[in-house]
Amino acid sequence: MGKESGYLDMELLRFTTAGSVDDGKSTLIGRLLYDSKAIFEDQMEAIERASERAGNEDVNLALLTDGLKAEREQGITIDVAYRYFATPKRKFIIADTPGHIQYTRNMVTGASTANLALILVDARHGVLEQTLRHAYIASLLQIPHVIFCINKMDLVDYSEDRFEEIVKDLEGVASKLSVKDIRYVPISALKGDNVVARSKNMDWYDGPTLMYLLENIHIGSDINTQDFRFPVQYVIRPQSKDFPDYRGYGGRIASGSVNVGDEVTVLPSGFSSKVKTIDLYKDSFETAIAPQSVAITLEDDIDISRGDMIVREGNVPHTSQDIDVMICWFNERKLVPRGKYVIRHTTTEARCLVKDVNFKMDINTLERNYDDKEINMNDVARISIRTTKPLFYDSYSRNRTTGSLIMIDEATNETVAAGMIV
Amino acid sequence: MMDKIQINHLRELEAESIFVIREVAAQFEKPVMLFSGGKDSIVMFHLAMKAFYPARIPFPMLHVDTGHNFQETLDYRDKLMAETGTKLIVASVQESIDKGRVVEEKGVNASRNKLQTTTLLDAIEEHKFDAAMGGGRRDEEKARAKERFFSHRDEFGQWDPKNQRPELWNLFNGRKHMGEHFRVFPISNWTEMDVWQYIYMEKIELPSLYFTHRRKVFQRDGVWLALAPFMQLKPDEKVVEMEVRCRTIGDITCTGLTLSNANSLEDIIHEVATTRTTERGGRADDKRSESAMEDRKKEGYF
Repeated sequence: MGKESGYLDMELLRFTTAGSVDDGKSTLIGRLLYDSKAIFEDQMEAIERASERAGNEDVNLALLTDGLKAEREQGITIDVAYRYFATPKRKFIIADTPGHIQYTRNMVTGASTANLALILVDARHGVLEQTLRHAYIASLLQIPHVIFCINKMDLVDYSEDRFEEIVKDLEGVASKLSVKDIRYVPISALKGDNVVARSKNMDWYDGPTLMYLLENIHIGSDINTQDFRFPVQYVIRPQSKDFPDYRGYGGRIASGSVNVGDEVTVLPSGFSSKVKTIDLYKDSFETAIAPQSVAITLEDDIDISRGDMIVREGNVPHTSQDIDVMICWFNERKLVPRGKYVIRHTTTEARCLVKDVNFKMDINTLERNYDDKEINMNDVARISIRTTKPLFYDSYSRNRTTGSLIMIDEATNETVAAGMIV
Repeated sequence: MMDKIQINHLRELEAESIFVIREVAAQFEKPVMLFSGGKDSIVMFHLAMKAFYPARIPFPMLHVDTGHNFQETLDYRDKLMAETGTKLIVASVQESIDKGRVVEEKGVNASRNKLQTTTLLDAIEEHKFDAAMGGGRRDEEKARAKERFFSHRDEFGQWDPKNQRPELWNLFNGRKHMGEHFRVFPISNWTEMDVWQYIYMEKIELPSLYFTHRRKVFQRDGVWLALAPFMQLKPDEKVVEMEVRCRTIGDITCTGLTLSNANSLEDIIHEVATTRTTERGGRADDKRSESAMEDRKKEGYF
């Protein structure tokens, strides 16, 4: 069907942006949405009306991204908002987050599912404390790609020297972090330079535009393709006339791939079997890869339930009850030393005891503090926990799915921390 | 048998939604899925079929029935439920009115849209549902852009947008206290285009309303509405016959129709790709004020 069938082959890229009120982040997102024609006429009219009421001179593209009433009134972004746009090559999901330190938890949330982080740097101010913070969060959450957008180049006369100076500073920052792929693009979100169209004001820059990078950065190997991990989510047993003996294990492949006939091990029982079928609805596959949701049946009748994990024989995750975790604390009620929390990890739930706070991270300077053990909202720290049952995990740097967990307060049921297993 | 499937954006969205639906079935005792007969709930239903096949869907569907339906929607609904052996519960707005739980709006713009909230909350309480899945998408409306997959509701069914639980990775926290419930949105990350492409890719059957047909319509505030027995016309509104189709299907009193000749999915996808207004642009219920959706959602709307 011509053009339409082309749309069916798009890749999905999730990226996050962090920024403060004045660094032009909302303008940049507005520009991406506007230039890719993701803004509809009625949305545009609503924004024009709202800008007029607020007494803004130009149409305020930032209003597109600030969803809630309180935020529109105060002119700030206080939560994570999700935005969507597509080009013929890719569909994009933006997790748009506020940039101030008191919103670290929102940035962490937005970063958790992102393949790529856009970090804005004001060309007039260069690398600030918050730049370091945003870069650290991208590194902590192991976002594979980071693009530093040196914005407001129009206000520094599109100076190549200024750009190079900032890039040099950023390279210094990057050397302290573990991000696999870092790019630098000089832009003006307001004027549109190097966002979608190549800038006529910066002949000296021969690198790609921001949109080119978003459309072409290689994301195929972002997910762990080595280690097959299949957390069992739901056991499918129809017990019907047509399927009297069907016993399928429903779940989403966390990493790696699986083939019919593969020798697998089931944890925690340790039993071995072979993959009989890989199904989804009326289709059956020879091979399935992360992040597909499928139902797997095995040759042998083994007792398997939710929270168990199916892995390839000879490639098993760590199994332990004593685990070290980098956490970001999310709640107003501070972490209780020796406190007990519920944890969720893959499809399993357990309880844990906080044994020790190892150190607290100053995310503005990247210095470790071994003395201060008080963990408040937005703090990042390394802690040791003991769980009520063994977890099957990989380190977060190797596997973002089997290496992540959340902590829940038993009294309030609120999610109080995000954890990345060391 | 397929050899190897390519993970394009639709397959990735599908995998995510199936994960969410299975998670609801696993984490909650008495979940329900809202079914309106609109394309989003049809896609959600299809995903639920995929999530549990060859078993049946392990929870019922709930239709909040305003009584102001397109007949085509009801026919489609009943056929789908019968063919798949799915249990359907109908919660009637008319009953809520008869019982005095809500009062019908008056005037020409009267709509039962807002009244559905009470009927829905009553049904959740009556059946003791602890999770209600809806077909809401974040791209539909700006207040929805901040909605979680697992959205916590207090004992009054209210949403507190400023105090939402953070949602990280694919780790969903469905823990709650007695009397509270969750709204869950499995297709949060889909756009209108994704929904249409998926319907096309999966060859999902739709109610005929989505394709062009000739119908008696009239124009109000720039929006084409279908003529129905319970619609009151203003003196200057004229009924005409036009070639129309629905881009979204809701209560007949507030579902704007698109003038269109699209009679195949290819036509519709092309139309969506080139169109310049959002599908909710045709929904009179959203035009009431700048934060109409956020205000309704806080009270417990879908």
